[in-house]
Order: sequence, then structure tokens, then C-alpha cells
Amino acid sequence: MLDAEFFRRWMTATAASVDREAERLTALDSPIGDADHGSNLQRGFKSVIAALEKEAPQTPGAVLTLSGRQLISTVGGASGPLYGTLLRRTGKALGDAAEVDEGQLAEALRAGVDAVMALGGAAPGDKTMIDALVPAVDALDDGFPAARSAAEQGALATTPLQARKGRASYLGERSVGHQDPGATSSALLIAALAEAAGE
Amino acid sequence: MSDDKTVGIVLVSHSAEVAASVAELAKGLAGGGTSVPVAPAGGTEGGGLGTSAELIAAAAASVDRGAGVAVLTDLGSAVLTVKALIAEGDELPANTRLVDAPFVEGAVAAVVTAAAGADLAAVEAAAAEAYTYRKA
Repeated sequence: MLDAEFFRRWMTATAASVDREAERLTALDSPIGDADHGSNLQRGFKSVIAALEKEAPQTPGAVLTLSGRQLISTVGGASGPLYGTLLRRTGKALGDAAEVDEGQLAEALRAGVDAVMALGGAAPGDKTMIDALVPAVDALDDGFPAARSAAEQGALATTPLQARKGRASYLGERSVGHQDPGATSSALLIAALAEAAGE
Repeated sequence: MSDDKTVGIVLVSHSAEVAASVAELAKGLAGGGTSVPVAPAGGTEGGGLGTSAELIAAAAASVDRGAGVAVLTDLGSAVLTVKALIAEGDELPANTRLVDAPFVEGAVAAVVTAAAGADLAAVEAAAAEAYTYRKA
């Protein structure tokens, strides 16, 4: 079973990973975005960790809703409301349970990913974070490592795609050949999930 | 149509200067003495380009007179942040709506319509209608 401590570890591992990869995320965001993805997420997850320490939420749902709220408030770019909505909706779907199993987490994450698609209007193949998140959620039934591989594959597979959402879509065909920064950070989020599980 | 029940307008841009200037422009074109509450929420709290949920929430609270708040945005994270805040439920005043409208033209239409004492639905419709005016 997964308790609040597991979800705290997930957020802590994500923050550490975003810190390590911030320069790469920003570099990926330079040719097709506005070169702030790494620093925006770094700021956002730093504030997530501070809020988790200060408020010490006691359930999995509360950890994720608080984290999502922080991202919406502090990121300053589109990834704030998108990742914020992902975590908040996932957290809401988990409800007040003190512990959840992997099946419940998979179901809740699917609700979160659906909410992100509704918010941003992106579908699979649009060269966005959805291209990493949907395969990850699909693979979650086979365990966290399978979800991590699926997210990483999904992020790599955005390279030949033409962007159809966000600022990169203004570039049209010139967006082809670049790995999507949002899909890349989504793969970090899912890899941190496997890390929190010790897998 | 009473003065204390005017629809509030919030203008959200990636740039503080753009939001403030469009607010000034809209109020000016509505007739300088308009009492419509209009608040810009531009840029990040640190003064950079971007979107601040805190500035948006503060602006919406400041223009809420009980008749609803119409929020107009420029693009990208401005749109997504307002949508996420509305979905959150308790971050913005009750009866706050994201209006699907062009930023400058929609802001002018919204302020002019609100100044005439219209309700939120009419303000929203007027701003959205600004999309139908073709320039070429």
C-alpha cells in the first residue's frame, strides 16, 4: 500500500530530478519554446517541497492536492496550471484514504491526465506532456518500472512530431526534430514515481 | 442596473505593461469617467513576463462588486492559469468567467458594455462578439 510518505517521496524525488535536469529542460525549451521550462519547474517544485514541509499533509490525496496548488501558484508558465491540474485532480481522485493501492493510483492518475487534456486541449501525438503521460498510465498496470520506460519512450517519440499545441505550434514544421520539453519533464515525474517505490 | 452591481473586468497578460495599458485603453474608450472596476493582472509577481495566479486572484477580488467578474486573457499560460483557478473552485470570486475573446477588442467591448450596466452574460457576449469583426 502507498501512504502519504510514499507521495512525499515522489514529490521530493521529482524536485531533485528537476533540479538535476533543469538545464537540459531549458535547453530543450530553447529552440521550440521560451527557454524557461527548467527554471519554471525548479521554482515550482521547490515551493512544493517547502509547502509539504510546512503543512505536513497526512493523506496521499492531500499531498498531491497541496502540491498541485503550489505549482499553479508559483510556476509562472503554462506548465504550472498543467502539472498543477495533473497533481490536484489525481489527489482529488484519491480522496481521503490514508493508504491507496497501485490500482487506485493508476485510476487516479488517469483522471489527472484526462483533466490535463481537457485543460490544454492536447491529444496524444500533439507533441506535449500527454505523449509521455498517456503511455505511462497505460503501462502502470505492469508496475512502476514499466510506466517509467513507457514515459521515457513516449518523450523520445515526440522528436519527429510536429507541435500542435502551445508556443511550439507557432513554429509549424520547424518544431519537428526537437524532443518536447514537457514530455521530457513528464518522464522525469514518472521516473520519480518509480524511484519513490524503490524500483 | 445600479452602480454598486457593476460587472468587474480582469485583464490578464504575460506583460504587466500590456495588461495595464489595455485596461487604460478600454476605460478611456468607454468614456474616461466610467466607474467600471477594471484590474490588470500582468506578468509575474517578480515583474517578469509570465502569469501569476496570485496577481490574478488579487485582481479578481479587487473588482468583484457582486455582479460577477469577466476575465480576459492573452494566450498560453494566461488562459491555462485562469482555467485552472476557476476549476479550483475557491480561488476566484463566485461567478467569475473566462471570456473567450480577443484581448484588446474584447476588453474594450467588455468595459463599454459593463459601463452600460449590463450583466455578466451580456458583457461576455459583447466581448466574444469582437471576434466577428474582420479587419481585412
